[in-house]
Amino acid sequence: MILVIGEQRNGTLNRATWEAVAGAQQLAAGAPVVVVVAGAGVERVAAELAAGQVQEIVTIDSPALDAYTPDGYTAVLAAAIALLSPSVVVLPHTYQTRDFAPKLAARLDRALITDVTGMKKVGGDTAFVRPMFQGKLTADVVPQGPAPHFVTFQIGAFRADQAGRGATAAPIRPVAVNVDAGAIRQKPEAPFQEAKQSVDLSQAERIVSVGRGIKEQSNIALAQQLADALGAELAASRPICDSGWLPMERQVGSSGQTVAPKLYLALGISGAIQHLVGMKGASTIVAINKDPDAPIFEVADFGIVGDLFEIVPAMIAALKT
Amino acid sequence: MRIAVCIKQVPSRDSQPRVNDDQTWIREQDAGYEMNEPDAYALEEALRLKEAQGGEVVVCSAGPARVAQVIREALARGADRAIHVDDDGLASADAFVIADALAEAMRQEAFDLILTGLQSDDQGFAQTGVILAERLGLSHATIIMEVQSAAGGVRVKRELEGGWFQWVSMPLPAVLTIQSGINQLRYATLKGIMAAKKKEIRKAAPPATIAAPKQKIVSLYLPEKSKKTQMITGSPAEAATELVRRLREDARVIS
Ligand SMILES: Cc1cc2nc3c(=O)[nH]c(=O)nc-3n(C[C@H](O)[C@H](O)[C@H](O)COP(=O)(O)OP(=O)(O)OC[C@H]3O[C@@H](n4cnc5c(N)ncnc54)[C@H](O)[C@@H]3O)c2cc1C
Ligand SMILES: Nc1ncnc2c1ncn2[C@@H]1O[C@H](COP(=O)(O)O)[C@@H](O)[C@H]1O
Repeated sequence: MILVIGEQRNGTLNRATWEAVAGAQQLAAGAPVVVVVAGAGVERVAAELAAGQVQEIVTIDSPALDAYTPDGYTAVLAAAIALLSPSVVVLPHTYQTRDFAPKLAARLDRALITDVTGMKKVGGDTAFVRPMFQGKLTADVVPQGPAPHFVTFQIGAFRADQAGRGATAAPIRPVAVNVDAGAIRQKPEAPFQEAKQSVDLSQAERIVSVGRGIKEQSNIALAQQLADALGAELAASRPICDSGWLPMERQVGSSGQTVAPKLYLALGISGAIQHLVGMKGASTIVAINKDPDAPIFEVADFGIVGDLFEIVPAMIAALKT
Repeated sequence: MRIAVCIKQVPSRDSQPRVNDDQTWIREQDAGYEMNEPDAYALEEALRLKEAQGGEVVVCSAGPARVAQVIREALARGADRAIHVDDDGLASADAFVIADALAEAMRQEAFDLILTGLQSDDQGFAQTGVILAERLGLSHATIIMEVQSAAGGVRVKRELEGGWFQWVSMPLPAVLTIQSGINQLRYATLKGIMAAKKKEIRKAAPPATIAAPKQKIVSLYLPEKSKKTQMITGSPAEAATELVRRLREDARVIS
């Protein structure tokens, strides 16, 4: 049996859970899939998940799980895994998963393969495909040691709408797990957004995005000229915003904005997965990068291998004709 | 405050790693190395905490002899001393093996705070710090963008997805995994580089019984392209003109 650990906040399901269900169904190849959700008041989320083609939904409901904490989640999920004895435990690779999954795997002393994009059979084993070296290489990885093995699926690796739905609703089984609220060391406060965003890149039709290949803050002006010539908004990869060269609200990627313009032109951006998840949905992607092996070319429709400081001025000139 | 910072030496991000003959790891002899980027931010945060409250910053790194380079660099930036878990087998080890090796070396030290990067640029497990916390029985928080001292503990700002954040408080000792961009980095001064030469680097042996690996790379290769990319060649002027033409006439995304 394959166990999916669902994710919810305040009774709202994180859609990435459906992606994990889709991946788990593919991995299970007909074997049963069970989904577990923990929290305070998870009936509605459980009912939503019951539409999936799964054997059952297991719920762990406790006031002590109202706000997510790694201590609370690790304790109850370790208990649930002991009870259900799955062969594989599947999670979406969200920030919450990153926070507790290694702790849970370490508590049970079991393998954890993160950021998985697919599966393959290698000999008699299942190998999990994951990016390494910032996406510059791909690895097929086989978990070692006893089951259950933990696997986190990269966001977007499977499509939520491809998760198989059942003919009838799956049964929901509440499981009582004692949570020692006093043993939870983390005291979380309510999530918040830093500042009201003044630019909404998600609405932009064209975006020129700069990465570390731009080298210096003063060179941002060159990208701005190209953006002006194209009628585009300026955006950036994370290191550019970290350095304060452009405001945070112009950052594209998993910790920034998700955009889907008609044109996304990436200048000197390598194409790390955390950047790609924010712009893969663009209809036409152009990459200009001096490294022919840069992962950004894997998602680009048009690519130029070369020095952006030569190509961008030439583009600005070509746009004037 | 006694602060440990875990620093990994990783292949430089500027070059494309080459795969070895049996396609299970990179050709290490061809690679240049540097400090894992978020670890540099973790070190900077540790130095700032020490400057504000006093104490000691100890760099911990697990890996073969070559990692001495990033240890020296961290000492030159202001760390007080270092622990090097020195073993060739740790060069390509998984997060469990590394965390066990680091935990063993740190156990007697009784640090108040352990900082790691949130993820390594080479293996990218995003696990080591959290496993280390569990092995040492400590509380933890991940993807941290600010650290404040609070009575008996810390209050830290966790990054959530899509521009959201959350403050979390917890008692010390604790492990925090630091996100790039939490602060502005300082660079080593000549004085720092000279001072680093006299600082202690304690060599620690890996645990007598190295943990069994929990994952094995059976194949390492160049990514497969998911899209048919039209590569445009020629001189910069020719390529730029052709690109503009295709964006206008084929993709019709500009006028
Ligand atoms: C939890 C987490 C969240 C993250 N969130 C985000 C996020 O939201 N957004 C984001 O972008 N990143 C994010 N990152 C960081 C991400 O992993 C990468 O580190 C980052 O995207 C790399 O930025 P870059 O491509 O600009 O820099 P690099 O990876 O350094 O790439 C620079 C590129 O420029 C090219 N180049 C250099 N000089 C030239 C030249 N003269 N002409 C042409 N090309 C040149 C190089 O070949 C290289 O490909 C996150 C990471 C983590 C772990
Ligand atoms: N060999 C190592 N030596 C010291 N610290 C390490 C080592 N490997 C990983 N780390 C730390 O753990 C963090 C996460 O690494 P990883 O789990 O590989 O993504 C890194 O940013 C480092 O701070």
